[in-house]
Amino acid sequence: MSDFVSGFWNIYVAGIVVLSLLFCLVLLLTQAKGKVNPGETTGHVWDEDLREYNNPLPGWWRWLFYITLIFAIAYLFMYPGFGTAVGSFGWSATGQYDKEMKAADEKFGPIFDKFKAQDVATVAASTEARDMGHRLFVTYCAQCHGADAKGGKGFPNLTDKDWLYGGEPEAIKATLVGGRMGVMPPMGAAVGGGDGVKDVANYVRSLSGLASDSIRAQRGKALFATNCAACHGPDAKGMTAMGAPNLTDEVWLYGSSEATISETITNGRVNQMPAFGEFLGEAKVHLLTAYVYGKSAAAK
Amino acid sequence: MQSQATYHYKVVRQFSVMTVIWGVVGMLVGVIIAAQLVWPELNVHEFLSYGRLRPLHTNAVIFAFGGCALFATSYYVVQRTCHTPLFAPGLAAFTFWGWQLVIVFAALSLPLGYTQGKEYAELEWPIDLLITVVWVSYAIVFFGTIMKRTVRHIYVANWFFGGYILTVALLHVVNSAAVPVFSAGILSPKSYSAYAGVQDAMIQWWYGHNAVGFFLTAGFLGMMYYFVPKQAGRPVYSYRLSVVHFWALIFTYMWAGPHHLHYTALPDWTQSVGMIFSLILLAPSWGGMINGIMTLSGAWDKLRDDPILKFLITSLSFYGMSTFEGPMMSIKTVNALSHYTDWTVGHVHSGALGWVAMVTIGSIYYLLPRMFGKTEMYSKSLMTTHFWIATIGIVLYIASLWIAGVMQGLMWRATNADGTLTYSFVESVKASYPFWTIRLLGGLLFFSGMLIMTYNMFRTMAGGKAVDAPVLAASGAH
Repeated sequence: MSDFVSGFWNIYVAGIVVLSLLFCLVLLLTQAKGKVNPGETTGHVWDEDLREYNNPLPGWWRWLFYITLIFAIAYLFMYPGFGTAVGSFGWSATGQYDKEMKAADEKFGPIFDKFKAQDVATVAASTEARDMGHRLFVTYCAQCHGADAKGGKGFPNLTDKDWLYGGEPEAIKATLVGGRMGVMPPMGAAVGGGDGVKDVANYVRSLSGLASDSIRAQRGKALFATNCAACHGPDAKGMTAMGAPNLTDEVWLYGSSEATISETITNGRVNQMPAFGEFLGEAKVHLLTAYVYGKSAAAK
Repeated sequence: MQSQATYHYKVVRQFSVMTVIWGVVGMLVGVIIAAQLVWPELNVHEFLSYGRLRPLHTNAVIFAFGGCALFATSYYVVQRTCHTPLFAPGLAAFTFWGWQLVIVFAALSLPLGYTQGKEYAELEWPIDLLITVVWVSYAIVFFGTIMKRTVRHIYVANWFFGGYILTVALLHVVNSAAVPVFSAGILSPKSYSAYAGVQDAMIQWWYGHNAVGFFLTAGFLGMMYYFVPKQAGRPVYSYRLSVVHFWALIFTYMWAGPHHLHYTALPDWTQSVGMIFSLILLAPSWGGMINGIMTLSGAWDKLRDDPILKFLITSLSFYGMSTFEGPMMSIKTVNALSHYTDWTVGHVHSGALGWVAMVTIGSIYYLLPRMFGKTEMYSKSLMTTHFWIATIGIVLYIASLWIAGVMQGLMWRATNADGTLTYSFVESVKASYPFWTIRLLGGLLFFSGMLIMTYNMFRTMAGGKAVDAPVLAASGAH
């Protein structure tokens, strides 16, 4: 459906707005007058005993109606609503938003800016900054990473020492500002289908000391070297440049069971951390970087 | 002179009984989803998950319970106030079976996950087509009966029924317009809306609010205009008020939809127009309440021991309350607090339980004995019990969601000294649990009332026999 770009529509809509208001007004004015006989019925009878009195319109009710009509007309003069007229207040929703955001930036900006000049480690050590960081975190980050920042299936735990893209302040900030797009390609066909997938899965489990079928793991090792090592590294310790996880530790983003690992190998995984740079601005991103950095630094 | 012909009561009888049955089913689903909010573990299977049961609940109570009630009462009222049997009774029978089929399809397809994703218009296109056919048949029967009336004047109840039938046809056809996709075959229906973006949203809420305005208001005002004066044995308070509030109501409701889209991508002017007409709606809505309640003046004592009048008059009080609340909530600054909170859900239920369900229950209690050759329901005291249980249930329901809604709105906007939000979203969810528990209790009470009604209905039917009343002679005097 195309947009209503023709100027005709403004006039059309304004016209029926006026007609509708006039209709109510005329209806009320004409029906408020004229002869009525309280206590007498109209004389019509339906279904044996259904009759109607013709009492006048209650005065307070008529005035209620008039007041809402007057309010409506006044509102249309003051606010946008009548064709393309912007209204005498010059109000608009986007204007109100911009104004409120500007006022908030002026009022709260300095509170956040105060930490901008300090380095991340210093900010992380400040109790005040940690509290502010926590408030930002539960508003913007907790939906995925959890209020305790421990993550969940598909959402990284931020309180450990394990990092997909690196845990240095610069790397954390880059993640926050630009977001991340993690892609593990589907490798089912490349490793030779069902049995190959199981072999690789068993090898991957053996890397972190999980129970595995040693014959399968042995076969999987060769498949791993040709198909997986390019991203996860020959020693399977991962590669932060690719966001490829270390497979030799006890941290599992999607789970460590043979079935889950097989699913990851067969179908691949796509995961996204949204970009917050433009949305939150530098000062808040700096505080959140320090908050997350501090969470991880505190881990044993 | 009495003619030998009788009114067509069979279709009224069928729709009346199914009103009660679907009421029980729809409200049971409501109780289940209210419980799921308190105990999320109850989402045991995807077919029975909250996201699929919620549209089933709304469709069941609006279109199955409310729809059957509207069919039953409009078919009854139009015959009796036109002093003629139904036009095309075969077509009327078709509307009964067709509408039941629509309901069964809805009850199967929604849990299975087939949906157009439009609130109150979720049903997929093949069901939409069936609804259209049934609705056109309904219009033919209703207006055909009006055409062959033997009294000159058309009674006010029929203005409202007629207005609702015409408007719902328009709303349904326009909003459900969609392009079907046949890739998975007709047994796996799928379609895309004919509209896109903000225009789709606007069409949806033009439909959505008029589903409230015409299906749930104009139709039930038609019901009120017959059963209140009949049960009270008093003339309607003011013919003139009927004229003014009828025309003002149907003229202004059409505009109110945009108040569902305040502070969204909808252009500012559209939001303004939606808001002012929502405010103007206050007086026309109250016109109906005044006309109903004042009809009882001179007969207030009847309220004391007539449970049917208790239901009807209480329904009008809730109607007045929710049509005051609605315009207030459409004001942008109020809406900024109430939107997306449980206040909205509470508001809807003060209309849906307080007004729609109560006026329906009163009217069906009037109809049932007359459908089965009796003068009264099996048990009057059970009707009174039903009334009090339902009323307490509504009060608990609305009050708890008012508090929850205002609390949520305030929590979401609370800020710390540094401008950050004081509460995370999940904290507002956690704080809502006690109120959701009270809401569940309120819903459970209302549902229990429907079970009492079902028992009373079957006992009344067991002691009675289906009869059709003779048609009244044309009132030659007028």
